[in-house]
Amino acid sequence: MLKKVKTVTIKADLCNGCRACEIVCSAFHASPPFSSVNPARSRIRIIRYPLSDIWMPVFAGEYTPAECMGRDKYVLDGKVYEECAFCRAVCPSRDAFKEPDSGLPLRCDMCEGEGEPWCVKKCLNHVLVVEEREEEAADQIYPQELEVGVESLVNRYGLGKIQDAVARRSTRG
Amino acid sequence: MRYAEAGYHLEIDLARGNIERVETDPKNLTTYLGGLGTNVKEMWDRVPPETKAFDPGNLFIMASGLLCGTPAYSCNRTVVSTISPQNNLLAYPMMGGFWSAELKYAGYDKIILRNKSPKLVYIWVHNDKVEIRDAEHLRGRGALETQELIKKELNQPNACVAAIGLAGENRVFTASIEQSRSSASRLGGGAVMGDKNVKAIAVRGTRDLYLARGAEFMQHMEEITKYINYRNENPLPNVMTILSGIGSPQEMKHTDEKWHTENFAWGNARTRRRGFWTDEINKSWSMTQTNAIKRYISCFNCPQQCGALVAHADVPRYMMKCFSKLTYSMAAYVDNLDFNFRIARMASEYGVDAFSTPQIMAFAVELLEAGILREKDFDGCPTDKEGRFFWLLDRIVRREGIGDVLANGTYYAAREIGNGAEELAHNTIKKHEQLPIKLGMLDPLYFLMYSTNEKVSITQIEGNWPQGAFPTKEEREAFVADWPQLPDDHFKQYLLDWEPRGEKANPFFPTPDMCAEIVDWMEMLHNIDDALGFCAGMASFCLKPPYHIHNYPKLISAATGMDIDEAGLRKMVRRSRNLHRAFNIRRGLTRADEKPPEDHWKRRFPEHEKLLMDTYYAYKGWNISGMPTRKTLEELDLGSVADDLESRGLLKEGENA
Repeated sequence: MLKKVKTVTIKADLCNGCRACEIVCSAFHASPPFSSVNPARSRIRIIRYPLSDIWMPVFAGEYTPAECMGRDKYVLDGKVYEECAFCRAVCPSRDAFKEPDSGLPLRCDMCEGEGEPWCVKKCLNHVLVVEEREEEAADQIYPQELEVGVESLVNRYGLGKIQDAVARRSTRG
Repeated sequence: MRYAEAGYHLEIDLARGNIERVETDPKNLTTYLGGLGTNVKEMWDRVPPETKAFDPGNLFIMASGLLCGTPAYSCNRTVVSTISPQNNLLAYPMMGGFWSAELKYAGYDKIILRNKSPKLVYIWVHNDKVEIRDAEHLRGRGALETQELIKKELNQPNACVAAIGLAGENRVFTASIEQSRSSASRLGGGAVMGDKNVKAIAVRGTRDLYLARGAEFMQHMEEITKYINYRNENPLPNVMTILSGIGSPQEMKHTDEKWHTENFAWGNARTRRRGFWTDEINKSWSMTQTNAIKRYISCFNCPQQCGALVAHADVPRYMMKCFSKLTYSMAAYVDNLDFNFRIARMASEYGVDAFSTPQIMAFAVELLEAGILREKDFDGCPTDKEGRFFWLLDRIVRREGIGDVLANGTYYAAREIGNGAEELAHNTIKKHEQLPIKLGMLDPLYFLMYSTNEKVSITQIEGNWPQGAFPTKEEREAFVADWPQLPDDHFKQYLLDWEPRGEKANPFFPTPDMCAEIVDWMEMLHNIDDALGFCAGMASFCLKPPYHIHNYPKLISAATGMDIDEAGLRKMVRRSRNLHRAFNIRRGLTRADEKPPEDHWKRRFPEHEKLLMDTYYAYKGWNISGMPTRKTLEELDLGSVADDLESRGLLKEGENA
């Protein structure tokens, strides 16, 4: 089976830190589109530490209910990046990619239906380059509804509590 | 619902610690736009003419332009407005950077400070949460390091911080306000901030800014984006490199400085060094610059890269832009760039204006050489050129010894020192140091701009009209063939007829009538930029810019929902300019103040200069003294301003000619 894959190449060395990508992302995703601007709602953010020569665009990815057991801290060419800098996850460990009012997660949708994503269109320094290709995808096995439900409960409460709850329910007959 | 603007001011009484979020009158948008326009209105309404710069009643306004924070490229200006300690008129130093948009997203169009804090504080604005915080631990800290310290202290890496350094704290008249890679530096805004005991204003905003017709706004931006891309790929031919592009002068990218180093004056605006730019100098300066620049950077939402991150040798990193790359080396007669990169960093930390300050130091050196200042005034000062400048800078920002006198700028320092010092303070207009440039033949356009503009700083007045006539007819025809930015096609003929030499050349051509029209057009665009918050480098300051009088009304209409045409827009900025002028007149500005430095041109023409001024004043609807007439003011719905000027005996009834 073939599926379409979109890749954005991020040429961070070309970024001049202007935040045009954040501005247009938030404007496009307003309802109706372009009725408001608020970079805090953007699904792309520039990690900016100008004096350290760090300008790093990062896209919002999947929501995760729990943070990792450990954190990454990258040092590249002598530049120390903030913890988990390159991670796309919307994670309890940080404020990135959450709606400022509700805290609900934001996720990049590649501006589906718009051709190129707006951040790519509005970055006139060509930091963001989008490519679309088709690739062979393995047949996906979809877990049963029950398994999904149990997994999410385990994620949230831990296996021990779920086992206790099931045991209590069993004894009630 | 308010569109494009937040609709609120943050009013802070520093003496009482009172903070208020004040809803603004929607009518201000339709009468004065925003930015400088509405700042002028606040100043006129609230600051009487008796109030001096360091009086508690002086307001200190930091404003965002009307379209800052919208998706319009290059709209990021913060407009500071206050009474200048240097000339007692309205100062409006501006800066790019990121602060103005952040203020909008926090929900405010302006922060207005009044009175003085009893101790050094900084202000922290985070949406609805506003705090006046102790800043004693930041006393004496650099303007750049203060920004970093505050962000760290607040644990807010995304906050934007505008800060003063030691110069501002000590009320040095050339003190700047620094933010990110930008600074608001002309006419002493930093000194007033320091006088109010405010070390910094930090802002973080995460709220929505609304657009009335956003999709339409984006369509207009599509056209403008195409043009920006086109101009970046196609620099203008037949003009010097620095004028061929868009954005601020690309001083961080261009290494060829033959034009600046040979045409601008070195020292205290004294010496043109023709033949300076040798192959050897070119090689060494280019290498220093290329090695020092780590990355080209921009302001908020701007595709241009006018600034740079500088990592020069062992100097701590900082950010730089524009002509500050050269001002210190040239003022000190130092033939290398290494010195400039070193002292510019120190000057940014101290927070001083990179135009006026080097000139003040060069002036001090001249006074020493002339025997007007004595060796004892320079006690402890190194004797080499570079060391002397470092020493002087330090004395000025600390107001120690001779530095205390020099900290008031060349005009006041000369009068305090006396003994012939006045003669050497030769490069000011309205008490404010000007660009160090001295030329031969009177230029009628620049004569008017220098003399009359409220900005009091030539670098922010000039613009869309070429700086000199094209030598050939073909070049002129090519230039006018594609010039949609013109307000009216009849200007094309002026350029076609304008020649470098002969009858149709400076100083008598363009004629005074034409000059008045051309200058009015350029000033109008600057006033629009300063109200909307656009970088002049993408509009009023460069040749054939992306933004102009024909597309601005479309953007304003789509953003605000207020349908406005070209005539309406012109009227609004004409109104604010006339109110601005009335404000300055009420504070004592007269025609006698409106003149360039005596030695700016070698060849002067007093009678023609008088004719130029008379013609320009008449074109603007001002009387022979340069005051807006009652008729002009009433046409602009400013009848009450005419009443005020008349009641003070400034404007006489019937005095229209």
